[in-house]
Amino acid sequence: MIRVQNVTKTFGDFAALHGIDLEIKPGEFVALLGPSGSGKTTLLRIIAGLEFQDGGEVLFDGEDVSSRSVGERQVGFVFQQYALFKHMTVAENVAFGLSVRRKGRPPKADIRARAEELLRLVQLDGLGKRYPGQLSGGQRQRVALARALAIEPRLLLLDEPFGALDAKVRKDLRRWLRGLHETMGLTSIFVTHDQEEALELADRIVVMDHGRIEQVGTPEQVYMEPASPFVSNFVGETNQLPGGIHVRPHDIDLVASGGIPVVVDNVFRRGGSWRVEGRIEGHDRVVEFDVNAASPAPTLGDTVRIQPLRERQFHKRRL
Amino acid sequence: MRRSTTESRALQIILIAVALLFLAFFLALPLVAVFGEALKAGFGPFLDAVTAPDALSAIKLTLLIAAISVPLNVVFGVAASWAITKFKFPGKSLLISLIDLPFSVSPVVSGLIFVLLFGANGWFGTWLAEHDLKIIFAVPGIVLATVFITFPFVARELIPLMMEQGKDEEEAAISLGATGWQTFRHVTLPNIRWGLLYGVLLCNARAMGEFGAVSVVSGHIRGETNTMPLHVEILYNEYDFVGAFAVASLLAGLALVTLVAKTVLEWRFNLHGSARH
Repeated sequence: MIRVQNVTKTFGDFAALHGIDLEIKPGEFVALLGPSGSGKTTLLRIIAGLEFQDGGEVLFDGEDVSSRSVGERQVGFVFQQYALFKHMTVAENVAFGLSVRRKGRPPKADIRARAEELLRLVQLDGLGKRYPGQLSGGQRQRVALARALAIEPRLLLLDEPFGALDAKVRKDLRRWLRGLHETMGLTSIFVTHDQEEALELADRIVVMDHGRIEQVGTPEQVYMEPASPFVSNFVGETNQLPGGIHVRPHDIDLVASGGIPVVVDNVFRRGGSWRVEGRIEGHDRVVEFDVNAASPAPTLGDTVRIQPLRERQFHKRRL
Repeated sequence: MRRSTTESRALQIILIAVALLFLAFFLALPLVAVFGEALKAGFGPFLDAVTAPDALSAIKLTLLIAAISVPLNVVFGVAASWAITKFKFPGKSLLISLIDLPFSVSPVVSGLIFVLLFGANGWFGTWLAEHDLKIIFAVPGIVLATVFITFPFVARELIPLMMEQGKDEEEAAISLGATGWQTFRHVTLPNIRWGLLYGVLLCNARAMGEFGAVSVVSGHIRGETNTMPLHVEILYNEYDFVGAFAVASLLAGLALVTLVAKTVLEWRFNLHGSARH
């Protein structure tokens, strides 16, 4: 069990984290989701011990590790740019954590065997003699993962693990990582700014903004019951209608009468539906909604009437 | 093939010719002259000049000074670069400016600082005399002046390099349980080795060639505190042109070796650098 209690952090004048509380259960796969500057990476680095909080505690299984260094916390950290040791072979990279051990260092042959085993696990067997510079982005990512796993971490931390990869590789790797997390029984936390990634991978999502946690919940909860206008906007697409009403594009129906009149500005196909962009008559507010593509596309310049099927209303927060 | 420049052919030729003439006049010609003058009276006198007792002692002293000050500056330079690029601490920009100080101060002034501190009438002069320690007009003074003058070479070479490399790899190493020393030895050092070697090379060339600061603190005692550049000056002032140019040609030879080594390093350096991306 990983516990973060009232953790604060400032960099000079900039308050990166304001009193963060968070609990992560063993075996969970948790996403820290937020825009840049939200404090998600800072929180991950504080949990790792690469950065130290100004106030509050970090507890691993009830033990306060706040003053422990990253090396003592036994966490596997996968860096955004992988941070592979470029002058070492892939196998040496993976073996690094074991070969620098001063107490209880396994014999050389065991280290080699373990590195090979890990490379097999990340499907890179046979590439042990190569250098990181000779690998593709996706392969490097997996070397970084194998290297982090070599120390048998009690917590796996990943900073934007798919950020530097192209779309196709990213999708494959995501699924593979999810599988690995499950088969190895890991507890993992990853940082992402990509809501789709968080929704697809995580057991729970921690949505952050401006150094605060906006919401913690399952992907379903975060998507369907956003706790704040920020979450509603950041996770999934949202239209803001007058009166603090937030509604998803796919939760809007066309109606013959009543509803809200909208002037159609643009229509294009998106998968099985028409995506319609328009403006609410009389307001300058843009709305987007989906219409089943089985029906004809709305004509540009026409006025249609829309009816939210599911909506959430947010009142202005008191600060 | 597209032309990458718009200058006319004639202009290109003129520009190149000007550059070549300049190089020939200011670099090649003096170099040729040095070797020419040194060997003017034949190889025998040249050999006599560089194996004269005073010349040999100057060469020995120069090598000794370099052997002390270069390793010191490697340690200082690496430590300073490591601190500046891998850690946040107050006064960092001041430290960066201080490292550049020897470049911005006239070498003569640098020498005078040490005379002011350790000379007979200097701040510590009385104390040193009481304890029978000699710094100025002795080898320790020359070492101090040389270390001061050559301090920036290693650090200046390493800081941008280490800055560019960031600290991800070091963080990765410590997250895997490596100690600070293991991280330095297995991760940082291999990443900076070419840059470090380059810095050492330049540092060494300057340590052996420094005139101004050393001249102030050395006292020009023949056979004792004369380094090669000082010895050249003395011989020249005594109208021993063959001797002066013979010793000077050794320094020029060092410059040439440095230049070749530097080119080789640059080539390796770039090769290494481009393989990273």
